Amino acid sequence: MSVETERSSTESSAASGLDFEDTALTLTLRLPGSAPAPAPAAVASLSSSSSSAFPDADRKRASSDTDPDRSSPLAASSDAAPAPKARVVGWPPVRSYRKNALADVAGSSKANQAAKFVKVAVDGAPYLRKVDLQAYAGYDQLLRALQDKFFSHFTIRKFADDERKLVDAVNGTEYVPTYEDKDGDWMLVGDVPWK
Amino acid sequence: MTYFPEEVVEHIFSFLPSHSDRNTVSLVCKVWYEVERLSRRAVFVGNCYAVRPERVVLRFPNVKALTVKGKPHFADFNLVPPDWGGYAGPWIEAAARSCVGLEELRMKRMVVSDENLELLARSFPRFKVLVLISCEGFSTDGLAAIASHCKLLRELDLQENDVEDRGPRWLSFFPDSCTSLVSLNFACIKGEVNSGALERLVARSPNLRSLRLNRSVSVDTLSKILVRTPNLEDLGTGNLTDEFQAESYARLTSALEKCKMLRSLSGFWDASPICVPYIYPLCHQLTGLNLSYTPTLDYSDLTKMVSRCVKLQRLWVLDCISDKGLQVVASSCKDLQELRVFPSDFYVAGASAVTEEGLVAISSGCPKLSSLLYFCHQMTNEALITVAKNCPNFIRFRLCILEPKKPDAMTGQPLDEGFGAIVRECKGLRRLSMSGLLTDKVFMYIGKYAKYLEMLSIAFAGDSDKGMMDVMNGCKNLRKLEIRDSPFGDVALLGNVAKYETMRSLWMSSCNVTLKGCQVLASKMPMLNVEIMNELDGSSEMEENHADLSKVDKLYVSEMEENHTDLSKVDKLYVYRTTAGARDDAPNFVKIL
Repeated sequence: MSVETERSSTESSAASGLDFEDTALTLTLRLPGSAPAPAPAAVASLSSSSSSAFPDADRKRASSDTDPDRSSPLAASSDAAPAPKARVVGWPPVRSYRKNALADVAGSSKANQAAKFVKVAVDGAPYLRKVDLQAYAGYDQLLRALQDKFFSHFTIRKFADDERKLVDAVNGTEYVPTYEDKDGDWMLVGDVPWK
Repeated sequence: MTYFPEEVVEHIFSFLPSHSDRNTVSLVCKVWYEVERLSRRAVFVGNCYAVRPERVVLRFPNVKALTVKGKPHFADFNLVPPDWGGYAGPWIEAAARSCVGLEELRMKRMVVSDENLELLARSFPRFKVLVLISCEGFSTDGLAAIASHCKLLRELDLQENDVEDRGPRWLSFFPDSCTSLVSLNFACIKGEVNSGALERLVARSPNLRSLRLNRSVSVDTLSKILVRTPNLEDLGTGNLTDEFQAESYARLTSALEKCKMLRSLSGFWDASPICVPYIYPLCHQLTGLNLSYTPTLDYSDLTKMVSRCVKLQRLWVLDCISDKGLQVVASSCKDLQELRVFPSDFYVAGASAVTEEGLVAISSGCPKLSSLLYFCHQMTNEALITVAKNCPNFIRFRLCILEPKKPDAMTGQPLDEGFGAIVRECKGLRRLSMSGLLTDKVFMYIGKYAKYLEMLSIAFAGDSDKGMMDVMNGCKNLRKLEIRDSPFGDVALLGNVAKYETMRSLWMSSCNVTLKGCQVLASKMPMLNVEIMNELDGSSEMEENHADLSKVDKLYVSEMEENHTDLSKVDKLYVYRTTAGARDDAPNFVKIL
């Protein structure tokens, strides 16, 4: 059972299916209960820079319990390969065997280590990265990991008060890490204690 | 030549390994036909419905190696409805009746039942090789039958099959007398295997060269096995993460180091970044590396490993490697011939971490590259033109831009010129898959330049019938054409009907072909099967949705269905040449015209 299938079944209600990015973000992001918080001084022009969390592991565990609302769509999608109607069936042309196998890998590694994967997007970066929140001990480490993953986009600068900020490598503007919480509000990463 | 005795002619024929050469000599005269058919050892059937199995075994009674392919290629992506067909049963039954000398059977995209495997296991006393690729319909019980009865089994290769798991026992069915295994691949089996049975089987297989385990096999078991297989050339690892113990991995390293012949590595299920360094000592000798089931490794893990693989010829990897990582590949792996970059996330367009930059880097660093499958976020004409100039040796070029109809990322133009450069520069190109925004112009280039093209995949491309007609009229060697979601209609379909007898098959789904057009094609070309499928899911769902409606509404629905005119569009069309006539195992939703 997979993150991907879950997400796709959630999304099958989305009408057109071509605007992947929007549907994926608005429909699937949720906050892990323990999720984090605060960063200072938001720079207005960067309001759209975002980091977003899906507590896939949480949802997965919830669904394997007894929540009937969740278990039924999951059961439906578990044997057949994911092919939600809202998307283009069979696109991208990846073998369903491969999709299922990768989903299994993702699923089992989560089950084993209770990892909390979140997807991180950076404005202007042409890709998202998956980050395991469990792998880091605090915001400092997370920020450093993010810098590593988006090294071409920004760098960490240390300020006088020993505060670290993500700064655009080229023009020096500051990036503010944010996430969308379960109520759909955008929050600043770091406002809440790490654990 | 006719003065030669038949034995001499047969001896001469034995120097013709290629199927097409043998087909050609069999057409010369009746004597040659007879000599050729009785001496043919290997038969390849590219489409299981193109000829009846009875006919094949009658003509080639002494066949030892049989290869049969079933469903169309688009079945890989769920475009062929389930239960469409492609059954292995008739082939195995026919061979069991007439070719008891069969030793090797290879099947791809076929439905194989446990009963079929049971019959196979009991019918051919000298059976040695079973290769199943992307097949379905069987369970580990069928494999147990193969294991227990095929005493001389040399190769059991299960690639990407959908196998029902009935427990770990099947592997224990190999008898103690079975010592002939050269190749064993059960990577696609989902469940546990009995590790004791596995160790014993490997221990009594001194000729084992290729072993691909599934993810249930632990590091400790793997280390124990490797001690017994000093001649191993190809290894698919088991699980490389389980409760990590440095000692276990250290043992693995020392076991791996004794496998001096090892050239190819795959598996890496759930591989933890911590385990990767234990593989490093092996990297310098590898020519093949498959890391494409390993989303747990990121850019730095992957590049640290790949940069040590200086002899690499074949690399499969996820796009987590990123453009930057591909630059490392380009500067480290100068002998690279085949590269596949798969998406790590299929559902978020724009999430792919590789772009035209990575591909350009690879093309400038790896001039021997001849086979590519590349899933990327964006592409440009300029990049494709550079790639074509840097790597003129492409035989297979498959590029998938994840978002359909995406134009050149720099100029917003169609990618016609880029793909045009690929077909113009790469003279030996045999297989091409395209994506992105494409107009009829690209098909003009393909028809003009792609003289050796055998298989073409088209999706979301073209403007008019002219596009497809240029391909049909221009590509003299085209064998397989598959098209989805493109505006080609009856004019294109009927433009060059004689061509279909030179091709293996044509697939068109969600195009503009009508029932009338298909009927015309079928009536003009009696040697073709013209199969049409209309979306079953849609109609059955509609029925369900209307189940509680009043009778009036139901009548209305059925009336609409009956009123389908000849001009209504055909959802899916599959055309292939055949000597067998209409098949008799077609399900209800398939109509053969």
